[in-house]
Amino acid sequence: MSVAAREGTVLDCDELTTRQVNQGLRALPTGSRVRILNPRGRHNLAVGLVHHLDISIEGDVGHYVGGLCDGPDVRVDGFAGWAAGENLMGGTIRITGNASERVGASAHGGAIVIEGDASTRAAISLKGGTVLVAGDAGNFSAFMAQAGVLLVGGDAGEALGDSLYEAVIYVAGAIKSLGSDARVEELTEADVARVRELVELAGFTHISPEDVTKVASARELYNFDAVKAHNY
Amino acid sequence: MCGIVGLLILDRDLEPQLGELLAAMLVQMTERGPDSAGVAVYSDGLPEDRSKYSCRTDDDVDWASLAAEVGATPTTYGRAAVLTGPADLRHELEARGVRVISSGRDLEVFKGVGLPVDITKDFGLPAREGYLGVGHTRMATESAVTMDGSHPFSTHDDLCVVHNGAFSNYFSVRRDLEREGERFLTENDTEVAARLIGREMDQGRDLGDAIRVLQKEMDGFYTLVCATRDQMAVVRDEFGCKPAMVAVSDRYVAVASEFRALAILPGIENAEVFEPTPTELYLWERPG
Repeated sequence: MSVAAREGTVLDCDELTTRQVNQGLRALPTGSRVRILNPRGRHNLAVGLVHHLDISIEGDVGHYVGGLCDGPDVRVDGFAGWAAGENLMGGTIRITGNASERVGASAHGGAIVIEGDASTRAAISLKGGTVLVAGDAGNFSAFMAQAGVLLVGGDAGEALGDSLYEAVIYVAGAIKSLGSDARVEELTEADVARVRELVELAGFTHISPEDVTKVASARELYNFDAVKAHNY
Repeated sequence: MCGIVGLLILDRDLEPQLGELLAAMLVQMTERGPDSAGVAVYSDGLPEDRSKYSCRTDDDVDWASLAAEVGATPTTYGRAAVLTGPADLRHELEARGVRVISSGRDLEVFKGVGLPVDITKDFGLPAREGYLGVGHTRMATESAVTMDGSHPFSTHDDLCVVHNGAFSNYFSVRRDLEREGERFLTENDTEVAARLIGREMDQGRDLGDAIRVLQKEMDGFYTLVCATRDQMAVVRDEFGCKPAMVAVSDRYVAVASEFRALAILPGIENAEVFEPTPTELYLWERPG
C-alpha cells in the first residue's frame, strides 16, 4: 500500500482510496515524513490524525483537507477546496495556493497558513485556532469567531467579524465593511508583538506589524445589558 | 446538494472529445447527486428553419410513426428520442402527449433517473461530439426524483439551465409568469428560473441581462450554469452558498461544483483555475 522512498513514505492517490490514504497515514510512526501524490481535488485527505507527521500533499486538494487533526504538519502544494482545516485541534496546515470557503471553520487550535487568498467565511466560528492569510479574505470572514486570531495580509471583504465574540482580527490592507458588533480598536504594543510573531510563523514578509488594523468585538451583541433587563 | 458541470470548447480540435470529457466530469459529481442526472450537448446543427426536439413519453411509443406524422426523423433511446424536423414543432409534439425536454438548432438534452455513469452510457454520451456541454447530477430537494425533475431545464430554443441550490420565492415568480402565459411542465424551482431567463431573452435581452433580471427577481441559494448556442454563463448567489470552480485554458472554459471534476480535463495543470465571486456574472462566448 505504501512504498518506502528515499525521502520517506509515498502514498499515491491514483492507486489508493481516500480511506486507504488516511489509514496509511494513521499507521505511520510519529515523526514520519510522507508525500501524498496526485490528489486531483480529492476530499478528506489527511484528516483526523492525532500524532505528529510531516505530510506533503503535492497538488490541489478538495474539501476538508487536514480537518480534525491534532498533531501533523500538513503542506498542500496547490489550492484547497472548502473548509480546509475545519475543526483543527493542533498542528499546522500550509496551503501554497488559494483556499476556498470556510478555511479554518471552528478550528480550536493549531495554525493554518494560506499563501494565496482565502475565500468567503474564512475562520468562521473560530474557537481558538490561528488562521493566517497572505492575500485577501472574502466576505463574512471571522463570522461569529469566538477565540483565536485571523490575520489578513491583503484586503478583507464585506461584513468582517460579524457577530464576533473574543477572537481578534488583524488586517494589513483595506476592509470593505465591518459586520455587526465588530469595531476597529487601537493597536497596542502587545498587538504589534503578537502580529510580529504571527508573520514570522507564517513567513510573510509583506506585512508591517505596526501598520495593521485591529478588529475586535464591541461586545454589545452577546452581553446582555443589566440596566436594560426590563426590556428583555 | 447537486453537482453541476459545464464545458465550452474553444479549440475546435477538442470538439470530438466533448462527450467523453463531459461524461468524465459528470461521473466525478456522482456523490453530489446520485438520484438522477442529465446533460445538454450543443453541436453544430441545423439551418434556421429546422430544429431538434429531445423528447420522451411516459409509455412506450412508436417513434418512427410519430415522427413521420409531424414530418420529422427520430433517433431513439428507448422511451426517449431526438426528433429532427421543422422549427416550431414543440407545441404540436406536446399536444400529442410527448414531453419535449429541449428544442433548438444545436441543443439536445438527455436526462434520466439513476447514477450519472449509467445515464451517460444510456445516451451514448462519451461518443458525442460538440462545442458546448452542460451537465447536472441531482440530489433532490425541491421536487420528486423523476425524470421531469432532472436538469438541465430547457424551456426555450437552444437555452438550457442547470442549478445547484434552492430558490425560495419560486412560487410567486411562477404565478407571475403563468399570468403572462408561460405553461409549466413540472413543480421544479429550476424550471421557473429557466422560464424567467427564456422570457427575458424572448423580449430581446441577451443572456447576461436575462440572468441579471433573475438575480433581481429570485431569492435563494444558487449556482447556475446557463448556456445558449454561443455563450456559457455562471452565476452564484450573493452569499456564495453553493460551490463552483472555473478553469480557463486556451482550449476550453470549464465550470464544476468541485475541482475534482475539472482535474480530469487535458492541460488542467496549465489552466487558470478560480472560484467565481458571488453575484458576479461570468460569461464566455464561443469563438466565431
